Amino acid sequence: MLAVHKFEPSSRTNRVSSNQSGVLMSDEANKGLLSPLRRKLLMGMAAVPAITMLPRASFAQAPATSAVNTTGLAVTDTEVTVGILHSATGTMAISETGSIEAEKLAIEQINAMGGVLGRKIKFIQEDGASDWPTFAEKAKKLLVNDKVAAIMGCWTSASRKAVLPVMEQYNGMLYYPTFYEGLEQSKNVIYTGQEATQQILAGLNWIAKEKGAKSFFFVGSDYIWPRTSNKIARKHVENVLKGKVVGEEYYPLGNTQFNSVINKIKLTKPDVIFTDVVGGSNVAFYKQLKAAGIDLSKQALLTISVTEDEIDGIGGENIAGAYACMKYFQSLDNPNNKTFVPAFKKMWGEKTVIGDVTQAAYLGPWLWKLTAEKAGSFDVDKIAAASPGVEFKGAPEGYVRIHENHHLWSKTRVGRAKLDGQFELIFETADFVEPDPFPKGYQ
Amino acid sequence: MTDNRFFNRSELIGILLLAVFLVVILPLTLDVFRLNLVAKYLTYAFVALGLVVCWGYGGILSLGQGVFFGLGGYCMAMFLKLEASSVENTKIQSTPGIPDFMDWNQITSLPLFWKPFNSLTFTIAAIILVPGIFAWIIGTAMFKRRVGGTYFAIITQAVAAILTILIVGQQGYTGGINGMTDLRTLKGWDIRPDHAKVVLYFFEVGCLFVCIMIAQFIRHSKLGRILVAMREKEDRVRFSGYSVANFKIFAFCIAAIFAAIGGAMFALNVGFMSPSFVGIVPSIEMVIYTAVGGRLSILGAVYGTLLVNFAKTSLSETFPELWLFGLGGLFIAVVLAFPNGLAGIWGDYVQPRIDGLISSRKPKPAGWTEGSVADGAPAE
Repeated sequence: MLAVHKFEPSSRTNRVSSNQSGVLMSDEANKGLLSPLRRKLLMGMAAVPAITMLPRASFAQAPATSAVNTTGLAVTDTEVTVGILHSATGTMAISETGSIEAEKLAIEQINAMGGVLGRKIKFIQEDGASDWPTFAEKAKKLLVNDKVAAIMGCWTSASRKAVLPVMEQYNGMLYYPTFYEGLEQSKNVIYTGQEATQQILAGLNWIAKEKGAKSFFFVGSDYIWPRTSNKIARKHVENVLKGKVVGEEYYPLGNTQFNSVINKIKLTKPDVIFTDVVGGSNVAFYKQLKAAGIDLSKQALLTISVTEDEIDGIGGENIAGAYACMKYFQSLDNPNNKTFVPAFKKMWGEKTVIGDVTQAAYLGPWLWKLTAEKAGSFDVDKIAAASPGVEFKGAPEGYVRIHENHHLWSKTRVGRAKLDGQFELIFETADFVEPDPFPKGYQ
Repeated sequence: MTDNRFFNRSELIGILLLAVFLVVILPLTLDVFRLNLVAKYLTYAFVALGLVVCWGYGGILSLGQGVFFGLGGYCMAMFLKLEASSVENTKIQSTPGIPDFMDWNQITSLPLFWKPFNSLTFTIAAIILVPGIFAWIIGTAMFKRRVGGTYFAIITQAVAAILTILIVGQQGYTGGINGMTDLRTLKGWDIRPDHAKVVLYFFEVGCLFVCIMIAQFIRHSKLGRILVAMREKEDRVRFSGYSVANFKIFAFCIAAIFAAIGGAMFALNVGFMSPSFVGIVPSIEMVIYTAVGGRLSILGAVYGTLLVNFAKTSLSETFPELWLFGLGGLFIAVVLAFPNGLAGIWGDYVQPRIDGLISSRKPKPAGWTEGSVADGAPAE
């Protein structure tokens, strides 16, 4: 998806600049095998050619490089290199910064616990510069020149579509965090965000049941993600909920004039306004809704594109009362999230908010670590094969597991926007929703 | 050094040096990945070359060359996309055999205007003709009415904006903001592996030299002098009985066709085409390449493009969060210190020394020489 999501003060960009390109994270907290002395020892041993003659036991935690890396990836006896590929500049920087921060936090935490297969994660950060071919170029650089074991990256559908052929050609592994339109599945990608049916169907069911909603009005930005999402939503409303779609309107990205659609909404009086307007347009949309006298505490509005990050720009008072449907809210009350949120704020500042995509980006390094440990190898083929069934119990959203189709099982949640810019959890699915990127009957 | 020759001695040496640089030195020193990046940069050199003819010589500043780059690129990408969307490659779709983005947008059959792009011959013709005719229409509409200068530049910007909106809005037919991705083969020949990239690189360099020769020819022909005269004093040329509009249209069309060839090369080399090369920002960026290289120098355009793009890539790899500032600083420095770009530095400082070393005795030839064309101050 493409969105210009966060509208945060510039302080955020300043904070990011620390700890850039591939700095090995500190490992004070780490007491086990890889104490500083131990690390020096290991490095010293690496220089000895007769390394394989040493007793096996000393490598119990750090298996030999030749064993975990048969394809020439950037793995040494002490380090493994991954890539971070997001837009640090350009229009998307404001959205992707959260993902970069989450990935760096995850890497630091993993390193503090001793790393992956006994190796510290070193990262190389590349800038996609909000430009899709640049993403492809940098992905290729990371895979071909730097031989990274995995890439955490991409945000918009467009950047993913540009990178995908590169990942497949050079056999890389991409962890992609954004909720997106589906219709895609690749051996070389793990989709840590929700695909469209996971995100939408449960939310529509809930609002139909809860509010008795029969008529829906769709408003979206004009590109593939909102159009595909609305196509799925329309099929569900018409075929399953037996309701009616009374209007469907699209606006170009960055559009700030929503008066005509707001008039149509007032005329058709839908039970629910269903929106997937993205980026800066959101600010105008919600302000104009309010100015037109549409009270979101009476008029139900369900959005799949507004996270805490967007509310930062929209202003809590303009959107309070609206419902959002996704898998994560910063306010979730579970033990994992209670340690995740303070850790994130400690690293990136007290004012930072954490949206759905940021949380999904945090899952990437962890899932990769768990998969590498399950596979006992960094080889991309083995990681891809071992991925299905990998579960991460420490996920801030609660729990996730990788499906055979490389998407995640996850719960879908509905939150209600509050004045302070946070969401109050209203509903969550009892079971984990199966990811279904090629939904039958919805195409 | 007479009117009839393509180039004088120093230009010949310059072209040979560029040929050695592109054909021998770069392929020998760079790995395939970097060579492919150079191939990508060189696609912009086509645009810069066109801008030298149209802006440097003709004085017509076009801020919408991305339009023609895009038209050429999309023509090529449509052909490649059709080939990549064979029924067996797309059997997962609800309508197999059409490009994936059409299927996502509920289009169930191939639109009529896509069908001719099954033919490579038609595609090659379209790469030249579509932008050529489009430029001719814009040029006729503007120059015949004597719209020029800043107004023309603004209108080209508007065209760039309109085309971007059109492409993004009609995503079922164009791929929208995602563009056309995953281009695979050309007549069954896989364009993705390393050896194909090398072949494509040399093919592109060949095309670039053909375009350089055409630009050289125009520059040294009578036509080229009328262009320069027009840039300096349009009214005098008009009063001398020349149809100024027709010459302008010609220069604009040539620039458009060069840009389109660059776009087509881009689609081939990068395997990708998207509206992000069509809009206002990339169009202006292309003008910057020309300005850095020196807008009066054909070879300067090539070096300028390579330099700016190399800087872009290496700065962004070294400083992922600060590189844009560095690049901006570079532009300001170049424009302030060297208004005629790289070619100006060469012409002012390096060339005179070389000349002095080689032929200190030889008198300068009289009449129209390279210097009198290249050093003239532009009208705008």
